[in-house]
Amino acid sequence: MQRKLSLTQKDALIGFGLILPSLLIILGISLQPILSTLFLSVFESSRGINVERIFVGLGNYTALLSEQLFWVTIGRTLYFTFVSVGLELILGLAIAQLIHSHPPGWKFLRTSLIIPWAVPTIVNGTMWRWIYNADYGALNGLLLQLGIIDKYIPWLTKPDVAMNLVILADIWHSVPFIALILQAALATLPADLEEAAAVDGANALQRFLLIRLPLLRPAILVALVIRTVEAFRAFDLIYVITNGGPAFGTVTISYLTYLETFSFGNVGRGSALSFLISIFTLIMAFIYIRVLYRPEEN
Amino acid sequence: MKAIRSFTILTFALIVMASVIGCAPQQPAGPVTIRVLSMEQAGATVDEMNAIVGEFNTANPDIMVEIEYVSYDALHDKITTSMASTPPAYDVFLADDIWYAEFSKAGYVMDATDRITQDMRDKIFASAWDITSVDGKVYGMPWLLDEKYFFYNEKLLNEAGFSAPPTTWEELVEQSIAIKEQGIAEYPIVWSWGQYEAAICDWVILLYGNGGSLMDANGAPAFHNEAGVETLNWMIQSIDDGISNPASISYVEEDVRNVFSQGKAVYAVNWNYMYDLVNFNTDESQVTGQIKMALMPAFTGSGVESASINGSMGFSVAATSPNKDAAWKYVEFLTSEDVQNRYSAHLLPIWQTSFEGENLTKLEGYTPANATTVPMFNVQFPYAHVRPKVPYYPEASKTLQLALQEALTKQKTPEQALNDAAAKWVDLAK
Repeated sequence: MQRKLSLTQKDALIGFGLILPSLLIILGISLQPILSTLFLSVFESSRGINVERIFVGLGNYTALLSEQLFWVTIGRTLYFTFVSVGLELILGLAIAQLIHSHPPGWKFLRTSLIIPWAVPTIVNGTMWRWIYNADYGALNGLLLQLGIIDKYIPWLTKPDVAMNLVILADIWHSVPFIALILQAALATLPADLEEAAAVDGANALQRFLLIRLPLLRPAILVALVIRTVEAFRAFDLIYVITNGGPAFGTVTISYLTYLETFSFGNVGRGSALSFLISIFTLIMAFIYIRVLYRPEEN
Repeated sequence: MKAIRSFTILTFALIVMASVIGCAPQQPAGPVTIRVLSMEQAGATVDEMNAIVGEFNTANPDIMVEIEYVSYDALHDKITTSMASTPPAYDVFLADDIWYAEFSKAGYVMDATDRITQDMRDKIFASAWDITSVDGKVYGMPWLLDEKYFFYNEKLLNEAGFSAPPTTWEELVEQSIAIKEQGIAEYPIVWSWGQYEAAICDWVILLYGNGGSLMDANGAPAFHNEAGVETLNWMIQSIDDGISNPASISYVEEDVRNVFSQGKAVYAVNWNYMYDLVNFNTDESQVTGQIKMALMPAFTGSGVESASINGSMGFSVAATSPNKDAAWKYVEFLTSEDVQNRYSAHLLPIWQTSFEGENLTKLEGYTPANATTVPMFNVQFPYAHVRPKVPYYPEASKTLQLALQEALTKQKTPEQALNDAAAKWVDLAK
C-alpha cells in the first residue's frame, strides 16, 4: 500500500471509479439477463414456483435444430426479412432522392414521413388489422369502389397472402426510417463530383449508379443492418394482425420463441431459441459488413 | 486526489445501499393495495367491473383495489409472466377453467379449499366448482359461468320464409341455401375459427354435436376419428359453399359480433355477452330488437340433441401474494350473490339460488337481456362440454388450432391434420 502510484495509474483508477456506477447498471440490465437466459437454455425446465430443472446440456439446441418446424420458421422469417427490407430500401432510396431534389413542399413531405415511423407498432398493427378486415375493412372498400374487385376478399385467410400483407404493413411502418437516414446522407455528399461527371458527359443514371450509390454505401449499411436485425426479430406486428395465423403461415422465429416460452412454458427451449436468433442475426450482420464495408475508401 | 477517491468510494457505497434498500419489501402505509388482472372481452364490461371495484373500495377503506384489463388472448401469458416475480405483479387474477391444471401444478394459485364455507358449497352450482377445482382442491372462486349460444336474426330469417331457427346443422345448411338465393345474406353464418382458443370452442360445439369428443376417459386424444374428420369436412364444405363466412378463418368472437351487429349474417355462435350488445345497444348494433337465441343445433343422426362449449372462468389469488386475506376478501365480494345478481347483464350468476323461486323472477328482471338469457342458460347449460383439464393444455390447444387451420386452408387433409395433432397430444402427455 505504501507504493506510490504513478500519475497514469491514478488517472486510470479514477477513471475506472467514475465509470463503475454506469458499468454496474449496464451489466445488471444487459449481461445478467443474457447469462441467465444462457443458463436456462441448458436445462429442461417447465415454469412455476420451485420447479425442478433437469440439466440437458446442448439438448435443447440439438432438438430444435433437428426439427422441421424450426427450419420452416427460419425460412419464413428470412422471407419476411429480405422481402420487407429489400422493398424498404428501394422505396426509401426513391423517397430520399425525391426529397433531396427539393420539390415544392419537400419540407412538409420530410416531416410527414415521420408519422408512420412514430406510430407505435401495436397501434400500427391494430390499424392494419382493421384495414384488412374482410367484412368492414378499408382495403376491401377501396378496391371495390375502384372497381378492381367485385366482391369482398377475406385477406387474412390464406397463409401466403397474410404473410405478404403483414410485410406491407411493416414496409409502411419502416420506409420512413430508411428514407430519413439516406436523405441525411445525401445532403452531405459533395456536389462537385457529380457536376464534374456531368461535364464529362455522364447521364443521370450513370451519375446515380457510379457516384451517388457508392458514396451512400456507409449509410445504406447502417440502415440495412439495423432494419434486418429488427425485421428478423419481428413479433408485435404479427401478434396483432394475424396471431401467427392462418395455419402458422405468419409465425416467425420470434413468434415461435414467444409461444414456446410464454404460452407453453417450455422455458429451456424458449431460451435456446433466443440464443439461436442472436446467432442468426450476428451472422447476417457479419455478412453485410463484409460485403458492404470497405474501410480503405474512408 | 484524496477527495476524488473518497467520492468514488462514497458513490459505490451509495449504489450498494440503494440496491439493498430497493430489494427490501415495501411496507406501505395506509390501505393495502390489491392489484387485480381481469379481461376486456366476454363477460362483464369494463364499466361494470370498475363499478364493482368502486363499491368494494368504498365499503373497505383499509383495502385499495386497482384493476387492469387485457384481452382474453393475452391473459394467460400475462399471468404466467407476472408470477415470475416476487411479490407477483397481481394479487388476484382471472383464470380460464382450462388453465387451472397448469396453474395449480406450477404453484401459481392459492389453495382456497379451507376458505370455502359450507353455505357457499350448497348454494353455488356444482358444475361451477368444477371450473376452479383440481384433484379435489379449490383454487379460486368461479365467476363467469358461460357457454356459447346460437343466435339468429329473426327478421332476416322471416324474410327468407322461415318461421323457426334450425335444430340441426343440416337444416341450417338448407335454410342458408334459401337465404343466399334470395340475396338476404351473402354468408348466412359467421364463426370464430381464427388461430386462437376461439377456434377450439367452436370446434367442440360441432365435434360433440356430431357425437365426437376431444379426449377419451383415459386421457388419450379422441378427435382423430370418423366423427372428427366428418365435422372438419363439414366446416370446409360450408366455406366452399359460401354458407359460412370465409373470413371466419381469421376471426375471433369480437369479429363475429361486429359482422352480426351489421346484419351481415343471419346466424352466429358466440358467448352470452353478445345478446345484450347486439339486441339492446343501439351504439353497437344496427339490428337491435331483431335477435333471438335458440338451442345450439347438432348433426342429424348423431344421437345428440344439442352440444355447446363450457367457457367458464374463475378469480384466484396468487399463491405468492403478500396480502392473501385482503385479496380473497375482494374475490368473495366480486362473486357474492348480491353483486352477481345486480351485475348480470353480461354474465349470469354462479349461484344456483339465484335461479330458484322468486329469485329467478327477480334475476330475469335485472336487465332487459336477462329475460332471454336466463331461461336460455337453463336450457343450454346441460349440453355444455368442458375442454380437457391437463397441465399442457395451452400447447395441446395450439396444436389443435394449427390442425384445424391447416385443414381449413387446405394445406392438409382433415385426416392428416387431425392425426398429426393427436400424435402431438400423445407426446405432450408423456
